[in-house]
Amino acid sequence: MTSKEVFHDVKVVDFTWAGAGPITTKYLADYGATVVRIESRSRPGLLRTTPPYKDGIPGVDRAAYFGIYNPNKYGMTINMNHSQGMELVKRLIAWADVVAESFTVGVMEKWGLSYEEITKIKPDVIMIRTNMQGHTGPHCRLPGTGVNLVGISGYAHLCGWPDRLPSNPYGPYTDTIAPRFGAAMLIAALDYRRKTGKGQLIDVSQFEAGVNFIAPVMMDYFVNGRVANRRGNYSPRAAPHNAYRCKGQDTWCVIAVFTEEEWKAFCEAVGSPDWTKDERFSFFLGRKAHEPELDCFVEEWTLNRTAEEVMALMQAKGVAAGVVETSADLHRDPQLKHRNHFWVMDHRELGSFSYFGQAAVLSGTPAQPRMPSPCLGEHNEHVCREILEMSEAEFDELLVEGVFD
Amino acid sequence: MDEQRQGPLSPCRVLDLTDEKGFLCGRILADLGADVIKIEPPAGDPCRNIGPFYHDIPDPEKSLYWFAYNANKRGITLNIESDDGRGLLSKLVEKAHFVIESFPPGYMDSLGLGYAQLSQMNPAIILTSITPFGQTGPYSRYNASDIVEMATCGLMYLCGDPDRPPVRITFPQAYLHGGADAAVQTLVAHYYRETSGCGQWVDLSIQQAAFMTTFNASWFWELNKINLKRAGAWRTGLTSGVLQRQIWPCKDGYINMPVYGGVLGARTNRLLAEWMDREGMSDDFLRGIDWDNFDMGQLTQEAWSKIEELMVRFFKSHTKEELYSEALRLNIMVYPVSTPKDIAENEQLDSREFWLQIDHPELGETITYPGPAVRASLTPMLVRKRAPHIGEHNEEVYGELGFSRDDLIVLKQSGVV
Repeated sequence: MTSKEVFHDVKVVDFTWAGAGPITTKYLADYGATVVRIESRSRPGLLRTTPPYKDGIPGVDRAAYFGIYNPNKYGMTINMNHSQGMELVKRLIAWADVVAESFTVGVMEKWGLSYEEITKIKPDVIMIRTNMQGHTGPHCRLPGTGVNLVGISGYAHLCGWPDRLPSNPYGPYTDTIAPRFGAAMLIAALDYRRKTGKGQLIDVSQFEAGVNFIAPVMMDYFVNGRVANRRGNYSPRAAPHNAYRCKGQDTWCVIAVFTEEEWKAFCEAVGSPDWTKDERFSFFLGRKAHEPELDCFVEEWTLNRTAEEVMALMQAKGVAAGVVETSADLHRDPQLKHRNHFWVMDHRELGSFSYFGQAAVLSGTPAQPRMPSPCLGEHNEHVCREILEMSEAEFDELLVEGVFD
Repeated sequence: MDEQRQGPLSPCRVLDLTDEKGFLCGRILADLGADVIKIEPPAGDPCRNIGPFYHDIPDPEKSLYWFAYNANKRGITLNIESDDGRGLLSKLVEKAHFVIESFPPGYMDSLGLGYAQLSQMNPAIILTSITPFGQTGPYSRYNASDIVEMATCGLMYLCGDPDRPPVRITFPQAYLHGGADAAVQTLVAHYYRETSGCGQWVDLSIQQAAFMTTFNASWFWELNKINLKRAGAWRTGLTSGVLQRQIWPCKDGYINMPVYGGVLGARTNRLLAEWMDREGMSDDFLRGIDWDNFDMGQLTQEAWSKIEELMVRFFKSHTKEELYSEALRLNIMVYPVSTPKDIAENEQLDSREFWLQIDHPELGETITYPGPAVRASLTPMLVRKRAPHIGEHNEEVYGELGFSRDDLIVLKQSGVV
């Protein structure tokens, strides 16, 4: 490791599962931290048993979902119910700077690994706990995943059409919000620890993090009594503002026109047909008042063009527009390619596989792909022998004892 | 709340030149204790015109959007396009630790304020640039907005009803992903600087930050050549061909309950089925299911339809509150689809004292804000003050640079501040 790896001296024991936890520790791993994931062989985590799988064939080492959040990390399997397994875990905690976990409240406690117990092993540890609704309060023990959280944190209510059912914004949406706040606090805590020698406990509630991304909606309720609702693609600030059907099957391009200047540019981009000269569309309030009709005219124009053409024609005039990218589109998006968004690495089971990197390029210390995500238990020996410096005999004994089963 | 306690980023200073694309980045650094100075053009940041507004009064000093994401910052005005303004900014940069900006790529450079120049003024400075697609590349000069980011990051295609156009989340999200991710990346650079003494340039792409919201979707293409489609209240991205409902109507709203198979779902499914049975809303088929070995992947459409029909009938016979209360008692994964009102009244948030009352003396009242997104035992995020008015801290901040009140009058008249 080079000194250019920001977290080259940071060691993490990572008990997290699913999305939010592994995404949080990914920030550290991608910038050079030594992260050791602890998994169970008898109960492989949710993302190892969720599609898509390589060639469609299920397998704990063939699941992309686990892979994408865990490159640059080591993987161990430890039987937590085995006394020697627990001893091993405690040795890892003594080695670590950070202990991360994302279980339902009670699981770590059951193992005797509450924050209080962990500080007895490692007094200056930073422990980060991330779950659904925080680690105190009457509902803190309710199990769930981010797919459940999109309901209670407002996102299902705010996604879709007012005359239809609420809808799920695809996945466990709030799993992408909590890690940003969690990682920011974790890095600040690491810096604080380096300066003061003090560790601490970080408590992340995915619910509370999620509500921060709709703060103005909540304040609008508290101050004005307004209960915001889902509104399709409506924007109070723009028209046209929608996804428009383009040439091809279920192919769309979004166009967003905010200012008068952008409206003029938009009219030029579509070749100034007669409808763009319609008086009703000549001012913003008029465009808002007749938005459905305006949308029909826009779509008449987009229907004969590919989404890429529409985007290019609009952007050439400075109008905000973008292809509604499908999964396939993302893999050929020229901008993502330019940014090296996907990190291609060879994985034993997944083959040549596209991980995703970090959203920012740091000019001096960029995030680096160093190794693919671990197969289940792949680094049991490496972690024991190289990191904990066990003898071969000691490791073999643990192996025979079934500590890694 | 302990007003005296200093955050972990104290006494770092941040110069925040962002618009809505980057507000949250500075807000997070401020909550962590940094002295964040929001720098606006002399007429005020145009993003002060983003609604909703306090009492629905559209006024640049009453934007709730501005309040939410600029709280805890100080505010000054400065025309960085003027020579005097650039000179003032240079002075500020010398004493700052971070500069955050979200101008189009090349703009800062054109003013002589690019990373190369800033780092000459202050080699330890961290410049964080937040842009729709990053500083370079074929889309880097493209114009964007929330819906464009949501489209190009891949989430929109997966959202909404299949018979209608793809939709974004109604309340704009992309810039929040960009801003929050930028805060993490900025802190990575900060951690490095604290030992190396070296600053650097953080070049963040909002498209890439928002990409994370698509989770595993793009890998269905990479591994299986499948383009997932939006499914509205139903689920997509599952192996089984069975159309599974996730959002269920109840008496007074909706319930969110994806049905999981395997270990994850067994307990919830069994207890829900027993609960339905207790209320006489089960049948022999449901009673006969072995939930420990229940596998959604192996389920037939016919079997699922039977289960779904019973669940639809059951949920419709109860209110959201009844269902969630019992779910909490049974500790099972049946969650409500909350409206903003439900969230405001949520018992868990209340018991954790989540909501903050922030004093707005100019309005003669306090306003309720969401509290910190993350808690920490030693270095908690603290919200000390409301967002700044236009130029509110000019005298204070320029005073710290050694300018007198008379100097400020000159600068004001020449349009610099």
